[in-house]
Amino acid sequence: MNDKPEKLIDKKGLRLDGRKPDELRPVKLQVGVISNADGSAYIEHGKNKILAGVYGPREVHPKHLALPDRTVVKCRYHMAPFSVQERKSPAPSRREIELSKVIRESLEPAIFIEYYPRTMIDIFIEVLQADGGTRCASITAAALALADSGIPMRDLVVACAAGKVEDKIVLDLMDTEDKVGSADVPVALMPNLNAITLLQMDGTLSTDEFESAVNLALEGCKQIYALQKEALRTKYVSIKEEKEENKEGAEE
Amino acid sequence: MPIFLEKRQLVTPGDLIAEGDYIAGENTYMENNKIYASRVGIVEYETKKMDVVALKSFYVPRVEDIVIGTITEVGFSGWTVDINSPYPALLRASDVLSRPFRPQKDDLPPVLDVGDLVVAKIVSYDRTHDPQLTVAEPGLGKITRGQILKVTPTKIPRVIGRKGSMISTIKQETGCNIILGVNGVVLITGKTLEDEQLAMMAILKIEEESHTTGLTDRITKMLKEAKTGKEEKKDE
Repeated sequence: MNDKPEKLIDKKGLRLDGRKPDELRPVKLQVGVISNADGSAYIEHGKNKILAGVYGPREVHPKHLALPDRTVVKCRYHMAPFSVQERKSPAPSRREIELSKVIRESLEPAIFIEYYPRTMIDIFIEVLQADGGTRCASITAAALALADSGIPMRDLVVACAAGKVEDKIVLDLMDTEDKVGSADVPVALMPNLNAITLLQMDGTLSTDEFESAVNLALEGCKQIYALQKEALRTKYVSIKEEKEENKEGAEE
Repeated sequence: MPIFLEKRQLVTPGDLIAEGDYIAGENTYMENNKIYASRVGIVEYETKKMDVVALKSFYVPRVEDIVIGTITEVGFSGWTVDINSPYPALLRASDVLSRPFRPQKDDLPPVLDVGDLVVAKIVSYDRTHDPQLTVAEPGLGKITRGQILKVTPTKIPRVIGRKGSMISTIKQETGCNIILGVNGVVLITGKTLEDEQLAMMAILKIEEESHTTGLTDRITKMLKEAKTGKEEKKDE
């Protein structure tokens, strides 16, 4: 697994896992998976498997961290020791601390933080299996968990990455493409307000390439957003349909 | 000035509900003259005011609300009460004793101890101060018997029903006395445990199916069936 493949894009223009350049990995979303949490979500984005749990708004502990005019949003991104090939130390690494901050800052604009002063919202993100693009998948899952918990939000947040692999702009990089490829641009979007809440770039891109990468990532975001909405709906619609079926059955 | 969604449609945060001369009601917000949903819920409107009935929410204190809380801490001159909200509530000793509190003579734990449940009313609350409770009114005070049930606070109006139709049905059919805390905690006191359990079952069913139609009829049917089943058993 660790040896570099010779070609990231084959003669037909297909990628390592057989995707077209502008194709997403299969995404599966599920809402309300942790019964102890106020809100939760699970995402499978390609080989990524990530759990997100949300608690709050609740009392701030320790108390001196409370702010008089807004909610404190705390975010913890953590990778399980078994989530990658080589065992990862369970202690939060420099990268995880940074990602926690980046994810928090991309979610905060969507939350009405000024509604509940002197409280705290906790977001826990646990990466069970990683395969490139975990920050984007984490944002997608955490936004769903927030919506599920009943915290008022301006909009959902969706994230997706695009990048450059062998001089081609491609959507949704997987682990090998991220490591061997030349650039990665993760983008988080509030789709209804059309506002970008996260924009990073790793590697080198020309201005034109950067622009097309961002546009491609935004397209990907919109595709995932449809799935996000669907996931929130299914949680409630499934109950409704079940009951209606029972009702019909009873009437017969 | 279009409305983009029909009544009773499910929305997720950020969904555009209406544009133009409308009023943003519950669980919605307005930006650039457009009204968006801010919670997962069902759209409701009459003429101008757009509301979203949230499917899940938490309790935010409001003055005059009747709530049911658990004592979490006994302080020097009062108690801290968990009222199922982001803010802890305070209950003053002088309020419970209905006379001035004398720190040297009065001992608080025998009156109310950690874990005790109280029915109380919120007397004051704002963004800068934690809610304060009172029990100095008829019907309020320590709970001594009955069953406690927690539901999502937004579902309490559904448990009450239109003009109290749902709650009076349950009370009638089960013969239980039910106190609904606005914070989503429900107290059921009945003659027998079976009656209480039946009422609990009904309320849990309402919580689960609150977004469906024709619920009152189904609950009535369920309660009637359970009742006849019980009587048949007795006859045997």
